[in-house]
Amino acid sequence: MKILVCISNVPDTTTKITFTNDNTEFNTAGVQYIVNPYDEIALSRAIELTEGGKGTVTVINVGEAGNDPTIRKALAIGADDAVRVNAAPRDAYFVSKQIAEYAKDKDFDIILTGRESIDYNGNQVAAMVGEFLDIPSISIIKKLDFDGATATIEREIEGGKEVVTVSGKFIASCAEGVAEPKIPNMRGIMSARTKPLAVVDAVSIEEVTKVAKYETPAPRGAVKLVPAEETEELINLLHSEAKVI
Amino acid sequence: MSVLVYVEQAEGKFKKSVFEAVSYAKAIADQQSTNLTAISIGDVADGELKELGKYGASKVLNVSVDQLKTFVNQAYASVIASAAEKESADIVVLSNSFSGKGLAPRIAVKLKAGLADGAVELPKIDGGKFEVKKTAFSGKAFAITQLTSPNKIIALNPNAFGVKENATDVAIENFSADVKQSDLGTVIKDIVRATDKISLPDAELVVSAGRGLKGPENWGMIEELAGLLGAATACSKPVSDADWRPHSEHVGQTGIAISPNLYIAIGISGAIQHLAGVSSSKVIVVINKDPEAPFFKVADYGIVGDAFEVVPKLIEALKAHKG
Repeated sequence: MKILVCISNVPDTTTKITFTNDNTEFNTAGVQYIVNPYDEIALSRAIELTEGGKGTVTVINVGEAGNDPTIRKALAIGADDAVRVNAAPRDAYFVSKQIAEYAKDKDFDIILTGRESIDYNGNQVAAMVGEFLDIPSISIIKKLDFDGATATIEREIEGGKEVVTVSGKFIASCAEGVAEPKIPNMRGIMSARTKPLAVVDAVSIEEVTKVAKYETPAPRGAVKLVPAEETEELINLLHSEAKVI
Repeated sequence: MSVLVYVEQAEGKFKKSVFEAVSYAKAIADQQSTNLTAISIGDVADGELKELGKYGASKVLNVSVDQLKTFVNQAYASVIASAAEKESADIVVLSNSFSGKGLAPRIAVKLKAGLADGAVELPKIDGGKFEVKKTAFSGKAFAITQLTSPNKIIALNPNAFGVKENATDVAIENFSADVKQSDLGTVIKDIVRATDKISLPDAELVVSAGRGLKGPENWGMIEELAGLLGAATACSKPVSDADWRPHSEHVGQTGIAISPNLYIAIGISGAIQHLAGVSSSKVIVVINKDPEAPFFKVADYGIVGDAFEVVPKLIEALKAHKG
C-alpha cells in the first residue's frame, strides 16, 4: 500500500498574527513554523495503516527551501520519504494542481490531508486534488479504516456523522479522531536527516485568486462586569441591551 | 450572466443557513443586476422548493434522480457545474457547511474558478476587481481575497449575513443531469443525526465550558442552561482531549470556528488558540473565577465568580425571565 500525505507549513498555534507592508503580507518575523496540526493527524493515521511492512508513506509539501525543517519533522514522525514542489504556495488551487501533477502517475492507494490548514483555513486541497485526479474525495473525516481494498470512513455532518465506503483510490481530509498525533522519538529524529527529500519543479496554472489585503478583527469595547450575585442583571443586559436572548 | 446558489437539503428540508445563502446570493445578483437561480439535489417537495422564492430565487432547478438521493460530492459537483454552465452563471454561492466544504473546491476546479470560502461579507466590486472578505488564521484575521478568474465561487459562513426576505415569483423546473458511474465512488452506509441537539456550526447561541468545570459529571448544569436558551453546547480543547466531551464540540483554532450571536464561556481561561475560534461571535459572555483570565479582555459581559455558584443562579434567573 502506498499513501501520500500532503503537509502544510504553518505558524505555530500560539502565534500572534500581524501583517506588514500596508497589511498586504503576513509578518513572518519571529514566527515558529510547524507541521499543520491536522496534517499531523493524517500522517499519524497513514503511519498506523502501513506499520509492519504493510506499505510506505510519502509526504508532499508545496513550498520553498525554508520549509525543509517542517518536512524533516514529518520524516521524523515516521514518513518514509518526502517531496517538495519548489514554489511559493500561491493558493489552494495552485497547490492542489502541483500535488495532483506529482501524484497522477505514482499509483498511490490513498492520499490524505488535514481538514484545513490553520493559516488559510480553506479545506480546499483534498477536494481540489480529488477533482484534478478525478477520484473520490471525502472531506472532514473522523475515522478511517482500510482493509486493503475498501475504506470505511466516518465523515462529519451538521449534528451527526455519515458512514461511507469507498473502493479504489481516494483522497480524504482528516480531522480530530482519525488518529492521535505521533510524537517523533530520538531514532526518528536521527533517521529523518538521511531519509530522501526530493525537490521537483512546479507546473504552471492560471491564477484564480490573490490576497489583496489582510485585516485584523476590530477590538471589542471594555468588558461590562456584573456582580456574581446579580445574574438576573446579566439576563436583562443580554435581553434588552445586547438583544441576543 | 447570472448567479447560481446551491441549496443543500437534509431529509427533504432546508435549514436556516440555506435561506441565508439564498439571501446572500440574491444580494450579489442585485449587485450584478441579474437574476438568482437555485439548484436543489435530492428529494424535496415543491412546497419546500417554493420557500426559496421568499428569499429572492426566481428560478429553482430541481434535480431528483435516484442515484443522487444522498450526498456524493463528486456527482453533486458535476451536476452543479453543469447547471452553472447551462445557466451561464459566473458566480456560484454555497453554504460553507461540511458538505459545502467538500463540494465548492471540486466545482472550482471544474469551472477554473477562484474560490473564496468562509466569506463573511458581500463582495466588493470595484473597477473590475472582485474582492471577498473571508476568515483566515483561524479567526485571528480576515483575508480580503480577490477572485481574478471569470468564474467565481463563494462559500458563505453561517450567521455571517443573516436571512433576508425578498419575496420573488419563483418557477420550479426539473433539471436533468447525466450521472457518470465514475462520479459515484463513495457509498453512504449510514447517517446518524442527533436530532435532539442543535448543530454547533449553525447555532445562534452557544454555551461552552472548560476545565473550570472539573469533570464530565458536572456538565448537567451546562446542558440545562443551553437547553433553556435553545443553545448548542461546546467545549475547550483540554476538555475534548480528556474525553470529557466529544471532539465535535471542541471550538478553537484546531477545533471548529464558530460565529454565533451569543457565546457564553464558562470556566475557560481564553488561551489564544481558543479565542481564535470564537472571536467572531457577536456577543461574548465570560464566567470565570479568575479576574485575570485573558478571556475577559475580549468579552462584552463578564461575571467574576465560581461557575458552580454562578451557573445555577443564572439558570434560576433565566427561568424567572422566561416566566
